[in-house]
Amino acid sequence: MNYNWNWGILFREPYLGFLITGVITTIQLALIAWVVAFVLGSVLGVMRTLPSRIASSIAAVYVEVFRGIPLLVWFFLWFFVVPELLPREWGRWLKRDLPDPEFWTAVVALGLYTACRVAEQVRAGIQAIPRGQTMAGQAGGLSQAQIYRYILLPLAYRRIVPVLTSEFMTIFKNSSLALTIGVLELTAQARQIESFTFQGFEAFTAATVLYLVITLTVTVIMRQVEARTRIPGLLGQKGG
Amino acid sequence: MIEMHEVDKWYGTHNVLKRCTTHVAKGEVVVVCGPSGSGKSTLIKTVNGLEPFQGGRITVDGQAVTTSGRDLTRLRARIGMVFQSFELYPHMTVLDNVCLAQTVVLKRPRSEAEAKTEALLRRVGMIDHARKHPGQLSGGQQQRVAIARALAMDPIAMLFDEPTSALDPEMINEVLDVMTELALEGMTMMVVTHEMGFARRVAHRVVFMDDGQIVEDRSKDAFFDHPETDRAQLFLSKILHH
Amino acid sequence: MTEFDWTAVTNNLPFLMQGLFLTFQLTILAMVGGILLGTVLAILRLSAPAPVPQLIAGYVNGLRAMPLILVIFWFYLLVPLALGRPVGAFPSALIAFTLFEAAYYSEIIRAGIQGVARGQLQAALASGLSYAQAMRYIVLPQAFRAMLPILLTQSIILFQDTSLVYVVGLRDFLTAANIVASRDQRPVEMYLFIAAVYLVLCAGGSFAVRRLQRRLAR
Repeated sequence: MNYNWNWGILFREPYLGFLITGVITTIQLALIAWVVAFVLGSVLGVMRTLPSRIASSIAAVYVEVFRGIPLLVWFFLWFFVVPELLPREWGRWLKRDLPDPEFWTAVVALGLYTACRVAEQVRAGIQAIPRGQTMAGQAGGLSQAQIYRYILLPLAYRRIVPVLTSEFMTIFKNSSLALTIGVLELTAQARQIESFTFQGFEAFTAATVLYLVITLTVTVIMRQVEARTRIPGLLGQKGG
Repeated sequence: MIEMHEVDKWYGTHNVLKRCTTHVAKGEVVVVCGPSGSGKSTLIKTVNGLEPFQGGRITVDGQAVTTSGRDLTRLRARIGMVFQSFELYPHMTVLDNVCLAQTVVLKRPRSEAEAKTEALLRRVGMIDHARKHPGQLSGGQQQRVAIARALAMDPIAMLFDEPTSALDPEMINEVLDVMTELALEGMTMMVVTHEMGFARRVAHRVVFMDDGQIVEDRSKDAFFDHPETDRAQLFLSKILHH
Repeated sequence: MTEFDWTAVTNNLPFLMQGLFLTFQLTILAMVGGILLGTVLAILRLSAPAPVPQLIAGYVNGLRAMPLILVIFWFYLLVPLALGRPVGAFPSALIAFTLFEAAYYSEIIRAGIQGVARGQLQAALASGLSYAQAMRYIVLPQAFRAMLPILLTQSIILFQDTSLVYVVGLRDFLTAANIVASRDQRPVEMYLFIAAVYLVLCAGGSFAVRRLQRRLAR
């Protein structure tokens, strides 16, 4: 195997800059998309548990449609198809006037897709709470909204912290798909370094290590969240 | 047949078996009893190496019980074991449960294994259920199949680990009857049980355990009529007045 | 708003179906390979002496921390170098998917094995079966039955994930659509069509898995 090693390339401009902007873009993309996914996913998850047939069906259809189409196809749908289906002025604004259209399209694609996965977790978290808790709330005179706000959601979120952690890590990994519509995130930058320098090993190793660092950081942060939100003595939680 | 000499077992710093010494002669029935958590289930599981032990020595039919390896596997095939929760294989029919080790371990031809199985199922009164799955049987029926499964290997000794503890009261006797019959035929048996009626009728000796130690190891009559230690007296008074 | 024109889709149907066939091929091969390798990894992780379980844990967690696209790029780079000659995109993608999915399958299978009651293994060992025989006849059949719905769900995810071979230009369903879309200038119809096909297949698949799950639960 003939290969000319050159690790120094990673620390030379412009390639070091490629990696740095790549990491920043990956983190920005994942975090903004996560906010979208978390908010929308929570709303959808709650809707699925409401007594209203219409609300729960809308949320169910949303989940089924988003889960049934590969994320990469969603990127193409949002990037190539949606601007054409909108009224002409909107489409033009999306394609011409929106600053950094690739990035924001990626945020939408990633956020709305991840929302369906968050929704399923929130629904499962709410449904795992014993009915007695709701009844106790009703008996205490709380409204439906108040029951969700003060009883169901705080319990559900705590219960699903571990699975949300894994979804949160997935969104960092999935953000790499944005390279297909031209977002220069971490994987795209590694690919770019490879095609400029033919030092694929070094470039991909750098990207791999950086992803591992991101994953580890997320794990550590979420452990803290888990420890902070733990309810003493509650069953089903480790060491509770 | 079974010799245990100063067997010591630790879970970390917890000493669960403390220098346990006892034996089961050929054709003898030994009942092991004691309060829960006294280590009696752990003790019986060391006999066929399901529970590893750190100190002492166990031999069965002259062969040392090791912690792993081919010799242990071969020895296990010669010792029958019946578990508290039956442990029939839920994905196999009763027939296949009894045939499996015969064909896989002893390499008996399938037809021979089936003939043997049918004879044993007839003996424990389960021949009509041969094609059923364990989930379709009552606890007592499952345990009788489990006994047949162990007997199918032509064991030189049988180990029973609380065979009736998981059963509803009305099913206990159907299992004890099979065990009694087995004992009267001269099978070498080591039985962990709380069934003191069975012990009185069938056992030759009683081993009483408490806190990981063998506290008494005496003939049946001596144990029931004049228990030596306070702990055994307390245990007997509690269990007999239920 | 543009007018829809579906002739681009109908005219290119055979080409698209070839792509779909490759997608299925890749899915099934990677699924079989991934489950086999995943089973071996799970068993070794549970029963092999140190340092094997630690190494496997590193492999599994390492791959699970990486984006699939990066893994695909890695193998696209590595496989020809390792073999010393160029190979097509398909073998390198198949190796990437098999090794990547094995990490996910092995975690499912490990949980499945641990879910089989410990007494079952003890009963099998007590009757003289070796550890391997006990796994083969007693533990794995029960574990796979219990895990079947989760393994199938993971395989539907794998089916969707194969679309990522787009990044190395392998002509799967999505890439075929992409080629037609840019040649015939009909991206809207093209992408809507493949989205619909994916949706029908995946929603149908997960519906079937849910029915199976209910049947197994009874």
